[in-house]
Amino acid sequence: MTPMQIFFLVTAALTLFAAGMVVTANKLMHSALWLVVALFGVAVTFALLDASFFAVVQVLVYIGAIAILVIFAVMLTHRMMNDTISQMNKGWWLPLVGALLLFMGLSAAAVSFQGAQTLLPVLPAGGENLPSLGQGLVASNGYVIPFEVASVLLLAALVGAIYLGMEEDGGRKIL
Amino acid sequence: MIPLSWYLIFAAALFCVGLFGVLTRKNLIAILMGIELMLNAVNINLLAFWRYLYAPQMSGQVFVIIVFTAAAAETAVALSLIISVYRRRNTVVANDVDLLKG
Repeated sequence: MTPMQIFFLVTAALTLFAAGMVVTANKLMHSALWLVVALFGVAVTFALLDASFFAVVQVLVYIGAIAILVIFAVMLTHRMMNDTISQMNKGWWLPLVGALLLFMGLSAAAVSFQGAQTLLPVLPAGGENLPSLGQGLVASNGYVIPFEVASVLLLAALVGAIYLGMEEDGGRKIL
Repeated sequence: MIPLSWYLIFAAALFCVGLFGVLTRKNLIAILMGIELMLNAVNINLLAFWRYLYAPQMSGQVFVIIVFTAAAAETAVALSLIISVYRRRNTVVANDVDLLKG
């Protein structure tokens, strides 16, 4: 067991434990905070995969924006659900069985496909080669179209979210 | 060293935990948190495949950037919808949003 393997196993165990707490916590605020822990564990996994840019983007975007938005929403709606009754639907064992079956199927596919046992290749540029990522995103024979479409999608989603969040005030809409 | 299959099994486990959360929880925001876990599992999968099999190219990383963007957009709209439902129906329980039920 090399140190990297031990570190990966500890990170994976922590992230899966935090994810388990997200879906089973009784109080919704605890669930949101466990989600922050799980997202941080995923950021550590990204760093292990030599994708340091994505580790930082994960912390900034997922933890710093999305998880904060989720906490806002929890606080804005917290009085509407009793925290002491069970938070799960009746018959929660059926999705549990289904999720376990899916996990076993995915793991079987993961260990048996052709490249499964490859070990870490050395990166040719000696690192993550961020300049080529940047150039690929804006090159006309690269990925500029998905990049621009994603930007328009984000803009449309934000405009839609603002419109949905407006309140009526005697017949006219205010923010 | 760490074989590729370890990352894939970890991502599969995270995906299944998120799926369990989506199918089981009553609160709308808790369902959204399950969806976020599933999207993160997909990102881990994409980056693991990029790093182990396609590292000289940046296509895998571009895919991850697009998934990040789509997830952020979807979360913003979903939370806005949940707050709108809360204002009109005074509930955040998924089962109570049943206007279209026969």
